[in-house]
Formats: sequence, C-alpha cells, structure tokens
Amino acid sequence: MTDSHSARSAVESAAREYYGRLIAFLSARTRDVASAEDALSEALLAALASWPETGIPKSPEAWLLTAARRRLVDRARHEKMRAGSALTLEVIASESFHVSPPGPFPDERLKLLFVCAHPAIDPDMRTPLMLQTVLGLEGSEIARAFLVPPATMSQRLVRAKNKIRHAGIAFEVPEPRELPERLEAVLDAIYAAYGNGWEDAAGVDTRGRGLTEEAIWLARVLLEVMPNEPEVQGLLALMLHCEARRSARRSSEGHFIPLSDQDTNRWSLVMIGEAERLLAHAATFARPGRFQLEAAIQSVHAERARTGYTDWHAIALFYERLVQLSPALGAVVAHAAAVAEVKGAQRGLELLNTIDSRAVTSYQPYWAVRAHLLKGMNRYGEAVEAFDRALGLADDAAVRRQLLDRLTEISRF
Amino acid sequence: MKYALLIYENPEAWAQRDQVGDTEYFGAWRAYYRSMVDAGIYAGGDPLHAPETGTTVRHRDGRKQIQDGPYANTKEQLAGFIVVELPSLDAALEWASRCPATAVGAVEVRPLAPEQKRRVTCGDD
Repeated sequence: MTDSHSARSAVESAAREYYGRLIAFLSARTRDVASAEDALSEALLAALASWPETGIPKSPEAWLLTAARRRLVDRARHEKMRAGSALTLEVIASESFHVSPPGPFPDERLKLLFVCAHPAIDPDMRTPLMLQTVLGLEGSEIARAFLVPPATMSQRLVRAKNKIRHAGIAFEVPEPRELPERLEAVLDAIYAAYGNGWEDAAGVDTRGRGLTEEAIWLARVLLEVMPNEPEVQGLLALMLHCEARRSARRSSEGHFIPLSDQDTNRWSLVMIGEAERLLAHAATFARPGRFQLEAAIQSVHAERARTGYTDWHAIALFYERLVQLSPALGAVVAHAAAVAEVKGAQRGLELLNTIDSRAVTSYQPYWAVRAHLLKGMNRYGEAVEAFDRALGLADDAAVRRQLLDRLTEISRF
Repeated sequence: MKYALLIYENPEAWAQRDQVGDTEYFGAWRAYYRSMVDAGIYAGGDPLHAPETGTTVRHRDGRKQIQDGPYANTKEQLAGFIVVELPSLDAALEWASRCPATAVGAVEVRPLAPEQKRRVTCGDD
C-alpha cells in the first residue's frame, strides 16, 4: 500500500519525465500520434487508480508503456472491424514493440521533433504540436498562449496529427544533406514558443507569451538527443540569456525597462553562467550559425553585469555577421541600432534607410529605433512622427507606456 | 503506401503538347517515367487531355447541370496523375520534386485511401 498522495506525485513525475519519450516510442512505427496520446492518458489514469493499491512500480515508465501498449492493441483490434488499421495492428503486435520491463526503451523524441517540424506541416502548427506531443501540454493551455479559441486549436492539432498519419510522414532523422534545413525548422519552432521580438537592441524588449519555460525545456530535450549540433546549444544559450533578465525587465510597478537601463543585479547569474558554458562549447565545433550569433550578442550584453559597460562595437560586428547569414528584418534593424551606438545616430539612420519601406510599415521595432535615433539627432519633428508609429504598433501596454514617456520628453523641447 | 502525384500545368506547358517533335520538357518526362519504372515504384497513371476538353456535371435543385469546361477555373490545371508505391511521405516528396512539371506548374502529393475503398467495395479489392 502506498498513500494516494505519493502515488499521485509518482504518476505526475513519471508523466513529466517520460511523456514525450512514451509518445515518441508509441507512435514512431504507427505514425499515429493521436492514438498514442489517448493510450498514454488512459494508462496514466490507470496508474492513478492502481498504484495506491499495488505500490509504485520499480520502473514507472515501463509500467506505463506496457499499459499504454495494451490499450493500443485493444483499440487497433476494435478498429480493424470498421476500417483497416492493419499497419497499426501489425506493428504493435510485432516483437520490436515489446519491451520487457524494466529494460530501457529507445528514445525516439528526436524523430518526433522532426515530424512536428516537417515541411509538410503548417509552420504555424509546428510549435503547438511539439508542445503537445513532446511535453504533454493541454490543447487549452496551448490555445491560451497562441491567443486562439481552445476549440480552434484542438481542431488544428487534430488535423495536423491526421496529416502525419494519413500522409505517412516517417519518424526519421533526416539525411545529412537535408539535416541543416530540417534542424533549422525544429529550432525555429522551439524559438517561436519563446516569443519573438525581445532581442531588439534599442530596447523595445517585449515579453514572451508565457511559454518561455516550455521552450527552454524543449531545447533541453533537443540538446539531450542531439548533443553535437552547435546551433542547438546556441538556441538554448540564447533563451537562457534572455530568461536571465526576466525579473529585471519590469519595474515593481510593472513598467517596461529597456535592456540598457536594467539593473544587472536582478539578472540571474546562474542562467547566464549556463548560457556562457553552452556557447563556449558550441564554439569548439567551429560551425557558427544564426542562433550562436544571437546568443553571442546576448552574451556581450550580459558582460555588463561584470564590466559595467556594453561593448557595442562587438555587438555591431556580430549583427553584421548575422545579417550576412540570415537577413531577417529584426536583425537588420538591430544592426542599425548597434551601429548607431558605435558610429553615431546618423550612420544608424543611413542603415535603416536602406530597408525597403514596404517591409516596415507594420514592424514596430523599426519605428522605435528610428524614433530613438532621430531624437538623438535633435530632429524632434520627425522623431515625434516615428514615436507615433511605434506607439500605434506596440502590442504591449508596458512598451506603450515607455514610448509615451519618451514622447512626452520630446514635446518639452 | 500508395501516393498519387497530381500534376498541375500552366498554359505554356499545355501548349508544348501540340508541338511537333521532341521538346526538352517531353524529354524530361520520358526520363522521369523511366526512372520511376526502373526504381519499381510506378503503380499507374496517365496524362489527361486539355482542360477545355473537360465537361462538368452537377445536380442542383433536382436538375442536372452539364457545363463545358473543367471543374475549377484556375490558371494551373490538372494535367495528369501518377500513382507511386513508397514507404513514406518524404520518399514521395522526393519523387515529386524530380517531376518535370514542378518547373512549369506544381505537383500535389496525396496519399491514397485504401481503407475508404474497402468500405465501398466491401472488402473485395
């Protein structure tokens, strides 16, 4: 007999630790993620019911696997009556699917991550799929983070899982020649969970949408199964650097504090330390990439906690390489802001002016940086106009307030 | 698994069909077909006549409507289909990407649905 409280926490911790591994293993051969999820949630319920009676098994994950597997077999037998799930039945009846507890079972999570970020999957659905299948997040939680109605998100997740199954997307690690592109899709999907737009050097640092911990968790899973890809380390380092500043990003009144004004005493040295170690290890591979460069830029910012100043020269150089590597709008704008710090607002503005104006009509950071630079050049009339645009495009109340403060400063001139 | 490669062509590609002799496009198709047969993945298919040879039938409000022309009025039109037998979507996408029509139109890869067919045929294929 185990008391129900410790049985419950044993189920919870087994679910937390093994959810993704179990889903990946159960669906890798059948390609049927939805059935694997159903089977696992039934197995978890069964564990909640029986572990208080029978005690916590020596190998909870093997217990869950056996229970989930039994449910998959039952279900496939039942479905065979109606439609052909011959593949499923054949696969789960096969030897490869048998694991004798407490033996370990293969970790197929990397394949699952590649399936979720497969080019045949709608890019908007890659992150939600990962969050659900690898981390076990509920559809409603994911819906909240992505600001869509829960029913809509559930529907889209079902459609994506149907596509994986019916289109026959294989659970495979891509071939070497496809790997860089496919890995980038995985990294992009994980980074999308973190939330975009925080890295703007000029201080239009907006918050993530509450999935930051999950994104870091996904990156840790990826690092565990792919320890020799420097970009994976780069991504995790980048997110840790940003996360290290979380509590410094808002004042006690909830006001937004741009990076350059943040109190470095409120940065997490533990996270910065881990990010630095990851980045240093990534560098030993001598295969630079987008995420390593972005992490390196954040690493320079983090140095301020030690040295008391920001080496904008280094930041401008890293941004220059980043723009060469992947000329995303965010990187171009941030490069301009960094150049302005080194060579003056005039040079920064010249770089901003090289961007196609159609690309920036609704890109808030561009207008925030532009306003900041014009203000620095005492071109107040144009600065007010740019502040207005930045203000109108801001989607965060704290950012709006900060812009409003700056605008009020100008109007005193 | 069986996949249908649905071939869509633009008007310029259609126009090539009327040219006498071998064009580069036709040569590419011949080589593509051969490589599928050699790889043992080809399971059938045919090109279609031009979209204007199509006739579309509907029943609406109890009346049969017959209309000249294809179902969808788009620039790129269904030009043919190929059925291939392959282990995964990635393998099918790889074969689709070799198809000459991808340069002048597009190829949609769709899995066949044998379980639906079994429902219709009551099990006898």
